[in-house]
Amino acid sequence: MSAPLLRITGLRKAFGAVVACDGIDLDVAEGEVHALIGPNDAGKTTLIGQLAGEIRPDSGRIVFRGRDVTPLPAHTRAARGLARSFQITSVLPGMSALDNVALAVQAHAGHSFRFWRPAGDETAVREPAHAALDRVGLALRATVPAAMLAHGEQRQLEIAMALASQPRLVLLDEPTAGIGAEESARMVTLLESLRGDVTMLLVEHDMDAVFALAERITVLVSGRVIASDTPEAIRGDTEVRCAYLGEEDA
Amino acid sequence: MVRRGILVGGLVLALTLPLLAAAFGLDYVVGIATRILIFALAGVSLNLILGYGGMVSFGHAAFFGTGAYVVAILSDHAAAGIPLFTWPLTVYGSDMAIIAWPAAMAVCAVLALIIGAICLRTGGLYFIMITLAFAQMLYFFFVALEPYGGDDGLSLVGPSRAWPLDLADDRQFYYLILSLLLFILYLMRRLIASRFGLVLRGIRENERRMQAMGYATYRYKLAAFVISGAVAGLAGALIANHTEFVSPSFLDWRRSGEILVVVIMGGVGTLYGPVAGAIAYLMLEEVLSRWTEHWMIVLGPLLVLIVLYAKQGLWGTLEKMSTKR
Repeated sequence: MSAPLLRITGLRKAFGAVVACDGIDLDVAEGEVHALIGPNDAGKTTLIGQLAGEIRPDSGRIVFRGRDVTPLPAHTRAARGLARSFQITSVLPGMSALDNVALAVQAHAGHSFRFWRPAGDETAVREPAHAALDRVGLALRATVPAAMLAHGEQRQLEIAMALASQPRLVLLDEPTAGIGAEESARMVTLLESLRGDVTMLLVEHDMDAVFALAERITVLVSGRVIASDTPEAIRGDTEVRCAYLGEEDA
Repeated sequence: MVRRGILVGGLVLALTLPLLAAAFGLDYVVGIATRILIFALAGVSLNLILGYGGMVSFGHAAFFGTGAYVVAILSDHAAAGIPLFTWPLTVYGSDMAIIAWPAAMAVCAVLALIIGAICLRTGGLYFIMITLAFAQMLYFFFVALEPYGGDDGLSLVGPSRAWPLDLADDRQFYYLILSLLLFILYLMRRLIASRFGLVLRGIRENERRMQAMGYATYRYKLAAFVISGAVAGLAGALIANHTEFVSPSFLDWRRSGEILVVVIMGGVGTLYGPVAGAIAYLMLEEVLSRWTEHWMIVLGPLLVLIVLYAKQGLWGTLEKMSTKR
């Protein structure tokens, strides 16, 4: 078997006396949709922060595409093909939806120390940006400032921004958080349509979404991986049921 | 339409002002207008980092004053015929605009690179304080610079030589500065619409997001800071020519505050805002200070009203109104 796209070994991070991640080992294979679930305070957000490069781990290694990225800052990891969406919607509010996505394309299309030519004239940037908006169903909202979009649309915009950078791996931090059932279903359909094109590591509380999307599920409890398996196996795992799924059923 | 009308009207007025002033026998108006244009240029430079990059610098007078000093010191050495320094190579002073003004910009660019490299490691309130601290350090540096007048400042023998123009002639000086301001405004417009400008605005909107997209935001902010410092240095070079005198007060924190007020009054993050702000601020100063020396008493409340009710400033509010139609 070839090396996984992402390999995490012995990742540990403590904030004072609170151990958020307590020696996490995790592999994400190329092409898979991998869900990360666990109760609150399980360390999911801290783990995503460390993967994205915003939080420095105390120890452990993160290997992405065969290279150790542990000491690299967020922007360098992004340049290597690691895109992300945020738990709390994070867009560029004052700029149009198209500019939001165009910036994501531009980040991976040569340097941006270009001071003369209008960015709006660059078809090599604008066309992929339009395509990404189209893919998430926001084609008609291209000129609307991101702040004026509905919350669900902003979440879609985040996915478009992540896609536009043609990433190898997308970290999706609760893509359905804070949106209604209908919009949530649309988001699941959207993510479903991306399967096979891009590898996804998905943090999600909505179990319907998780079992609809994931090919592999890792369960995190108190900063430790207690199970990592197929959805069927996870569903049948008694330890997981006790620790986590039981709460959902109650 | 309103916006376009005001721009065209303003340009026509700016172009014909010296002629009008002469016709009405109000020649001193040209001097005031020149000062307004120079402050507008300083405002435009600050607006690049403040308005488009979201970096609130409270030390912009450092570049403005240093630019002025570079012109004054070069001119001082040229007049005395003493080299500026002799090691590792001999460098003479110059009173030629073509040398002294770019030199002012270059010195300020290097200064901005050093100050920016340190200040941009912080953000928000800390950025405000640290830029202020650097400006104050430079202020005291020039206070202590006895060979060049120290506290008393330094007088220029005359304005820079800019063949074929004669900058001692108020009108010619005015037109040169007007052309420079228009040229810089044109460059700014290109810059803001470019890739670099888009990235800069993105950083203002959400820096963390930009990093997650793969931008080394620090580098872009630093580049903007250096460009801004260089343009402020040019404004400083011009004010030295206008007043024919420089002193540490050019770097005073109150001067930094004035440039901030010009930008905020005019409209943060709008291309022509700083120009509108400079006109409004200096006209108010001109009119009110004739009436009372405590003219700040009137300016203060006015500024409060603008911040409360017209957050986008004079030009920003106008732009907003004209897009609504």
